[in-house]
Amino acid sequence: MAVEMLAYIKKQSRVHELSGATKLIIFLCWSTAAMLTYDTWILLALLVISFVIFRLSKVKISEIRFVLMFILFFLLLNNIAIYLFSPQEGVKIYGTSHVLWEIAGRYNVTLEQLFYHFNITLKYFVVIPAALLFIVTTHPSEFASSLNRIGVPYKIAYSVSLTLRYIPDIQREFRTIAQAQQARGADLSKNEKLTKRIKNAAVIVMPLIFSSLERIEVISNAMELRGFGKKKKRTWYNATAFRRADYITIVTGVVLLILSLVITFYDGSRFYNPFY
Amino acid sequence: MNKGLSVKTIVAIGIGAAIYVILGRFASIPIAPNTYVETTYPFLALMAVIFGPIAGALIGFIGHALKDAISYGSVWWSWVLVSLFVGFFIGLIAKRINIEAGVFASKQILLFNVIQASVQAVGWILVAPILDILIYAEPANKVFTQGVIAAISNIAMVGILGTLLLVVYAKTRSQGNSLSKE
Repeated sequence: MAVEMLAYIKKQSRVHELSGATKLIIFLCWSTAAMLTYDTWILLALLVISFVIFRLSKVKISEIRFVLMFILFFLLLNNIAIYLFSPQEGVKIYGTSHVLWEIAGRYNVTLEQLFYHFNITLKYFVVIPAALLFIVTTHPSEFASSLNRIGVPYKIAYSVSLTLRYIPDIQREFRTIAQAQQARGADLSKNEKLTKRIKNAAVIVMPLIFSSLERIEVISNAMELRGFGKKKKRTWYNATAFRRADYITIVTGVVLLILSLVITFYDGSRFYNPFY
Repeated sequence: MNKGLSVKTIVAIGIGAAIYVILGRFASIPIAPNTYVETTYPFLALMAVIFGPIAGALIGFIGHALKDAISYGSVWWSWVLVSLFVGFFIGLIAKRINIEAGVFASKQILLFNVIQASVQAVGWILVAPILDILIYAEPANKVFTQGVIAAISNIAMVGILGTLLLVVYAKTRSQGNSLSKE
């Protein structure tokens, strides 16, 4: 079961040096902008900027290739599904129809549809570098303190920190249980019927869940004994103070967000229409 | 005095979200491209019934967002919000079940399944597609079809596996009437 997951990659770069809170704020601004806009020019501009930042971070493509392949595959399937379900969506949005060639019935290829797919794909590409960078350049322990800094109550921030702390442990336990059950004949692969596979999933999931419920008991007792949650505030071992670079980054990010929203909604439509 | 969340709820959220991530990543059964039979929702339902609506909502939200982030490198917010919604409402209405009393018989099973089916139907068939259209401007018939498929498979999974989990969990609790006077 060689499954890789994204994790913190230690490096020395301008992006790594920023405080976790800064990166979180930028990530949120970035995804809000990318989520709301459909303006092709803004998406292209954001894409160029995110490639520049990616270069600055010194993260190599080879280090995240497995996720990229996964995303590209997902995007491809999503595009195919959109076309199968709604080949005229572009025409509906942009209001004109420039037919390139006919296939059958309502399935033809129009410039509008191609442009619509281009925009959807672009929207994805804008978010990917920001999200990837946030994950690989922020240390997990710093993540919780940055959540707290941007206003999330520290108890909830601490839950997130617990999650990140226990993902590797639970993954190991899952692997142990899965191998033990597979040795006893529980097959999750395509060779079994679906109902049988669900049953086999249950024999793996059950022990994992019940051993974890015990774990919750143990950890919460330990935290209670150490007086967790008695005070209104707490400090964080991994918090980093804001520096000049942080303020500059945040201001730039917020300005970019506002700018992109103003430009997007200026003419009353989210879409940039080249066919008009 | 408002003490906020109990330590136990906080830990349940943390560990619960971690399990959600692992189950979502490794214990989902692919049935078609991009479509999985998820084992995460039965688990989410169990946690929501045991630890209440806030834990259910946050396990769904944190778990789903992190799962998306570390496996796809981006977060599909519209479906993450549905996980929050499902966790919250199953937790809210399932207070009536009172699983800690150790009884999860046919009456409770029926109540649980009516709740989970209606909450998930609203979540997958209404909330998810509408958010998809608003945020991503995807074609309506595509997202509604996806929503219906997700609703059917998740309601069935929670109905089978979720009920089973709750039955087993109830057996580990000592029943309220287990002591008798001699």
